[in-house]
Amino acid sequence: MLRLDNVTKVYKVGAFGGKTLTAVDRVSFDVRPGEVVSLIGESGSGKSTLGRMILGLVPASGGSITFEGTPVKPGKAYYRNVQGVFQDPFSTFNPVFKADRVFAMIREAYFPGVADADWTARLRTALQDVRLDPDQVLGKFPHQLSGGQLQRLLIARALLLDIRLLVADEITSMLDASTRIDVLNVLADLKERGLGVLYITHDLSLGHYLAERTVVLRHGEVVETGVTEAVFTRPLHPYTRQLLAAVPRMHAPWEDAEPVETCLYHKHGATGRLYAAAEDHLVACARLGDCPKES
Amino acid sequence: MSLRVTDLRVHYKTLKGDVRALDGVSFDVGDGEILGLAGESGCGKTTLGKSLIRMDGRMRHVGGKVELDGEELPIGDDRRMNPFRFHKVSLVPQYSMSAMNPTRKIGRMVGELLRSRGVALDQATLESRLDLVGLPREVLQRYPIELSGGMKQRMVMVISTLLDPSLLIADEITSALDVSTQKSVATALAGFRESGVVKSMVFITHDLSLTYQIADTIMVMYAGKLAEKAPAKTMVEAPRHPYTKLLIDSLPEVGVRHTERRLAGIAGSPPSLLDPPAGCRFRDRCPLAFDRCAQEPPPVEVEPGHVVACWKADA
Repeated sequence: MLRLDNVTKVYKVGAFGGKTLTAVDRVSFDVRPGEVVSLIGESGSGKSTLGRMILGLVPASGGSITFEGTPVKPGKAYYRNVQGVFQDPFSTFNPVFKADRVFAMIREAYFPGVADADWTARLRTALQDVRLDPDQVLGKFPHQLSGGQLQRLLIARALLLDIRLLVADEITSMLDASTRIDVLNVLADLKERGLGVLYITHDLSLGHYLAERTVVLRHGEVVETGVTEAVFTRPLHPYTRQLLAAVPRMHAPWEDAEPVETCLYHKHGATGRLYAAAEDHLVACARLGDCPKES
Repeated sequence: MSLRVTDLRVHYKTLKGDVRALDGVSFDVGDGEILGLAGESGCGKTTLGKSLIRMDGRMRHVGGKVELDGEELPIGDDRRMNPFRFHKVSLVPQYSMSAMNPTRKIGRMVGELLRSRGVALDQATLESRLDLVGLPREVLQRYPIELSGGMKQRMVMVISTLLDPSLLIADEITSALDVSTQKSVATALAGFRESGVVKSMVFITHDLSLTYQIADTIMVMYAGKLAEKAPAKTMVEAPRHPYTKLLIDSLPEVGVRHTERRLAGIAGSPPSLLDPPAGCRFRDRCPLAFDRCAQEPPPVEVEPGHVVACWKADA
């Protein structure tokens, strides 16, 4: 459905734009219908830049992003299919207006011909789909709702458009533990309906909870990608192992990652070329030529 | 006993009335103990941390007292509190990026800071502290902007603890950091206790699994009150308060998938602290609530070191 092929983003930095910074370097992956793909990376890994490029908010410098075979072109037609939800629900809403104004704006822009009764019915269905009680949230101001409710309102807003792909960029990182999981469960349910979700996060446990496939990014490059189970239980790249070892867990004290020398592949970073370790499990390898696994 | 807090009440003054952010909290922190303070936003954990060192303008000390090493801290009196700050009680703030002077090299800034407090400190101590948190000595020759987030956070930790305070308060110091930096910062923090630089520590975070990694004791707060306090292992393995149980159950861990074990959040939201309801404050969201919860449950020590404020703690 969504396919990224060697997508690159280069920013100009420095006083007169004299230097360049490669934020995203030759990233390729795809998102299929009814699938959650989690994009995991630390700050500066380019994960949000990727999300913004997919949403057409910033242009890509190289490579191609296609949705259903056609290149991404920001505009009404595209946003009917693809929508994004971002990190901070508290600043997304205008505090002066009631929170349900976001729905009225969708109606004005996309469904001017829909009758009131029909619209109300659609709205209630969308809210029930994200497990919100319409009577509890409609007609309220943003400050009267919790972060989890606001975030679910935004997902409901995206659902009204009958979207097929949702880009969720760190949507739970501002939420409390007790409400965070409700939002994640909503995403898990939506996927059952055939919606594709790109779940961008820095939190490995959340990515693992939700996603079918995982893409691990580092400095703008993919270091490891594959079926979530494979990436989390048999991480091959030293960076992925390091990340997993650093996640604080309950019941188990921190331990150090295995030393990098034991890596089957290489000692250094990724090169943008991926080596297939197993079916649907790709690892970046710096020494592809003389890789012991190559033969 | 290093720190003893008794029935501490701190309110925020607002136009609508007093917000009872801290409504009667009592606990002790022993010598060499790291107390992890956990809870959701608005539970009063940051208010508690601030009360111990510096209240902001809207905060009022309404009741209760705080004793540090047998001496009462004048927490309600900003000026009388001054001799204690930095010397006896110190704070590591969350946003270390804005905690250092951007126009000074770090070494010079530290020197100016110490002179302004009238303290002499030899270079060797400073350097040994840098070693302790794993920072190269060259950082003193650099500007804050040249350091990464994790390095800045560690530098601020070194500055905060230069005078060997008895109590160190660390408020959400790792929340803005990546997982791998988070680990090194949290480990460095625990190192201050190991090496005896600080006597005791209050480590505030919303992340229970992180608290579990470095704290000896965990205290969970809910709506301005203590819900449960127990040794870290007990808290995670055998929590007694229904809120703690639900909170721990709602945490996804690496290894948990929604298809295998669907986690659930806690329905509802915490009560407004402007006019909190009588009785147990978790009552409306609690699956075990019964008639008696209309009365407030007192914190009871169910076993040594394990305090629970719930009528059904024994169940």
